[in-house]
Amino acid sequence: MFEVFGIPSTALFGQLLIGLINGSFYALLSLGLAVIFGMLNIINFTHGAQYMLGAVTAYLLLNYAGLGYWPALVIAPIVVGLLGILIERVFLRWIYRLDHLYGLLLTFGLALIIEGIGRNYLGTAGLPYTLPDSLRGGRNLGFMFLPNYRAWVIAASLLVCFGTWFIIERTRLGAYLRAATENPALVRAFGINVPRMITLTYGFGVALAAFAGVMAAPIYNVSPNMGSELIIVVFAVVVIGGMGSILGAIVSGFGLGVIEGLTKVFYPEASNTVIFVVMAIVLLVRPAGLFGRRT
Amino acid sequence: MRKILGSAALAVALACGGAHAQQIHVKVGVLTDMASLYADDTGIGSVIAAKLAAEDFMKTHPNVKVEVVSADHQNKADIGTNIANQWFDVDHVDMIADVPNSGVALAIAQVTAQKNKVFVASGPATSDLTGPKCTPNTVHWTYDTWMLANGTGKAIVKNGGDTWFFLTSDYAFGHALERDTAAVVTANGGKVLGAVRHPINTSDFSSFLLQAQASKAKIIGLANAGGDTINAIKQGAEFGIVAGGQKFAGLLVFAPDVAALGLKTAQGLMFTETWYWDLNDGSRDWTKRWAKERNAQGKVPSMNMAGVYAGTLHYLKAVAALGSAADGKAVVAEMKKIPTDDPLFGKGTVRIDGRVLHPAYLFEVKKPEESKYPGDFYHVRATIPADEAFRPLKDGHCPLASG
Repeated sequence: MFEVFGIPSTALFGQLLIGLINGSFYALLSLGLAVIFGMLNIINFTHGAQYMLGAVTAYLLLNYAGLGYWPALVIAPIVVGLLGILIERVFLRWIYRLDHLYGLLLTFGLALIIEGIGRNYLGTAGLPYTLPDSLRGGRNLGFMFLPNYRAWVIAASLLVCFGTWFIIERTRLGAYLRAATENPALVRAFGINVPRMITLTYGFGVALAAFAGVMAAPIYNVSPNMGSELIIVVFAVVVIGGMGSILGAIVSGFGLGVIEGLTKVFYPEASNTVIFVVMAIVLLVRPAGLFGRRT
Repeated sequence: MRKILGSAALAVALACGGAHAQQIHVKVGVLTDMASLYADDTGIGSVIAAKLAAEDFMKTHPNVKVEVVSADHQNKADIGTNIANQWFDVDHVDMIADVPNSGVALAIAQVTAQKNKVFVASGPATSDLTGPKCTPNTVHWTYDTWMLANGTGKAIVKNGGDTWFFLTSDYAFGHALERDTAAVVTANGGKVLGAVRHPINTSDFSSFLLQAQASKAKIIGLANAGGDTINAIKQGAEFGIVAGGQKFAGLLVFAPDVAALGLKTAQGLMFTETWYWDLNDGSRDWTKRWAKERNAQGKVPSMNMAGVYAGTLHYLKAVAALGSAADGKAVVAEMKKIPTDDPLFGKGTVRIDGRVLHPAYLFEVKKPEESKYPGDFYHVRATIPADEAFRPLKDGHCPLASG
């Protein structure tokens, strides 16, 4: 065992792994944001509330329908995604041509309403949701105890991130999507239903948030505030990665999780702030973010 | 002529004064956390508690008119101070109740003393409110960090938990709680191996838990509260803290937190509180009334809310005895003179430094199969009498006590 700056190496490896796990949540959430911003040009401030809805739906499914974690992992994103589609059809489609600010204010207002309703009916102390039995326990890696659930979080997150990146950057469907954001009129001329495609994209982005919410339910406190606590950090992650860049969201999500994890060892008091310090530095050096395109 | 006018004015003044003494108007402001991590332990539940106290008091004292207002300090000392100033200067609020979050409460205690009003603290934990920072305008109900440390810390060290590692919330409250508990641990022959300070309202505790695990301490002391405690215990179960032979000591746990964790996760946890809704008939009856007003499924009142009720009631008694709420110092002096008596905390006293003395209880969370009805959470493991539960007067270094 050797030491790095007075910290035992075993502790350091443990923190790096923990950082990666937290990074999985950042990556999942910023991925949804990046997809929505990249395709719809909407800064989706409802994302945190939709993440919370995913977790709360999992809780409701367990307590009122008797459906456990695994069914919830499929059902909750679909339910919340449909809700997202409703929001897109009723509100968002009217403001695509307006300045970003309108979308931001509208979605921020929606988030406040959703969270307010949640607080009114559920309180803020939180709702109990326990680990699925199949993922209980863990293994000792020598340098740390890795709970099985956390291992599953990393695996699932990597899989979903890669899948999304692949669909958008490497498939025909993704090519249509990207073309539709560049020049909707031309794509429509080829006989593709652009508005429907945009609606479904928003639904997918929202479903990603809900998926992250279900993943978070067994380990984080399920409460109406859980999204607003996370969303600011996730926005910083997206800005660092470059607004609308899929790869940027994924890489900076995992990367910042690790940086935050290291801060928790060396100077825990600053662990809430470090991401914003990184954001300030990145914006000074590369105003469009690490992977962003200059416009 | 001038003489006649003068005596007429005097007569009018006297008449008004007389009328005023008969009909007393009191305005109580509940300043609390309405939407963040302490909202379920205080928040709207505390407002309801104050309203119940006002209702009960007006029934027996028809000449006193009590109005209850409330506001959200958002856990920010500057916002809390602004509201307090506005309340005292413009809205004629006579007393501020509750104020969870020690940082905000210390600021409110100063404002209240400057304006000579009354602060009945039930939400905050820091024992400094009746220690170096005590004022003649503050009364501290329900609990404080010394009492939590002494109740829980002592019991655990005596049961063999003699090495400690702290997870501490990084602000006035966490620091005070860690300081007071560490003192109790060392005084009883235990050892503090280390501590890590996390920002308030942290969602992920895994890296702090790893550090606690690496310390090999037998006891991980949670010097935090509300959502932070819930997250730490929930994730601790996942990281095999308890399975690995370490134990959590929840230094400040409220009944709503236990509800949020679920008995499956919280079982076996030991901590100190001064009130539990299922403690006796007086508490159970009061809880029924509270639940009817709260009107939300599965919610139980916390000890803070009980403290707001009892504190408001006692404050109103003092105001009625004096016939006026105008002089805050005089009202608090009266509160210290008359013994406290209410259906929730029973009989007690208010000490010269503003500390209210009532018994405290060491609770243990029941196993899921032991819980017979919703809200049936605790076994009572020990009762700590009022004169032992709180810090001795001489140790507090309150300027009021040293004369």
